[in-house]
Amino acid sequence: MKIVKIIALILVVAFVGIQFMPTERNKNDIVPPTDFMLVNDVPNDIKNKLQISCYDCHSNNTQYPWYNKVQPVAWFLENHIKNGKAELNFNEWGDYSNRRKKSKLTSIINQIEDGEMPLASYTFIHKDAAFSKAEKRELIQWVEQLKDSI
Amino acid sequence: MSKLKLVLGVVAITFITLTAVSCKDAKNEKNNSTDHHSEMNMDEDHSKMKHDNSDGHHDGEKKEMAMNGNGTSQAILNDYFSLKDALVADDNAKAKNLGAVLATSLGSLDISKYSEEEKSELKEIVEDAVEHAEHISESEMDHQREHFKTLSKDITDMVAITGTKATLYEQFCPMYDGGSTWLSMSKDIKNPYYGGKMLTCGKVQKEIN
Repeated sequence: MKIVKIIALILVVAFVGIQFMPTERNKNDIVPPTDFMLVNDVPNDIKNKLQISCYDCHSNNTQYPWYNKVQPVAWFLENHIKNGKAELNFNEWGDYSNRRKKSKLTSIINQIEDGEMPLASYTFIHKDAAFSKAEKRELIQWVEQLKDSI
Repeated sequence: MSKLKLVLGVVAITFITLTAVSCKDAKNEKNNSTDHHSEMNMDEDHSKMKHDNSDGHHDGEKKEMAMNGNGTSQAILNDYFSLKDALVADDNAKAKNLGAVLATSLGSLDISKYSEEEKSELKEIVEDAVEHAEHISESEMDHQREHFKTLSKDITDMVAITGTKATLYEQFCPMYDGGSTWLSMSKDIKNPYYGGKMLTCGKVQKEIN
């Protein structure tokens, strides 16, 4: 019995302890002129959808959920955001070469079509980030158009 | 007294946990770099096999490197064809390795002898192609093939600037993703997008000399 108490205590202490570990926050109020929405003429519904479903990990500004401050969740998110931004950063769209833009748009289409993006672990909590079939079709069609125009 | 011990114990455990956690991160990074290192070694082995005479010239002059394979479009093409063959053979693991090899040879392309316009074009091609090669090095088969499509476009555009010693064949499969092309050294069709499923689907679309 005593040992259970001690283990519980250790776990509590460890949990409290890791709360003090720092994480990098992906927050930035300035939208640069290279942003996808400023470079392209994006219809409002598509704009909303991209912002809700993609921008948390693919831009310099994350709308953090409350639990993000709790470790180890914060680490998990930090890592996702870092990888997401390295892959595609909508804020830096204007800096990409045309070749890269086309290539990114192709990947966006593939990822959405295959249902790999948005991540299941993300839509699990952000229910509004998931794409319905109709939304998928609409978005892919629009991205195809944009790709052809470049 | 026992209370003091308990408090001391808790403080010690907190300290250890914190240290362990921060060490773990550092260790992870270390592991990653060793992984990477072994991969790199493998890469070297591969490139040794293919452009055997280019080795040993690593610290030699740039010109010499360019002539002997490393840093040339020819080296990139060789690695691209090896990757294509792995996809034809439905070999996911091999394609992963070769994706990493190709990313390295792309990154070392020597563009100094080209005009300014060609340089900037080649830079863009390499930047894009490296990304696709890296993805191939860490993806499953389906995903590898998706990236191979854009990669093939990049390599084709590269060849349009750099030229090629051997005759290449641009081949076309109308079925994969609304029609997709790839490059081959041989006229025979061996489809990298379908592999064994539909090995001979496609046709020669263009000859590149």
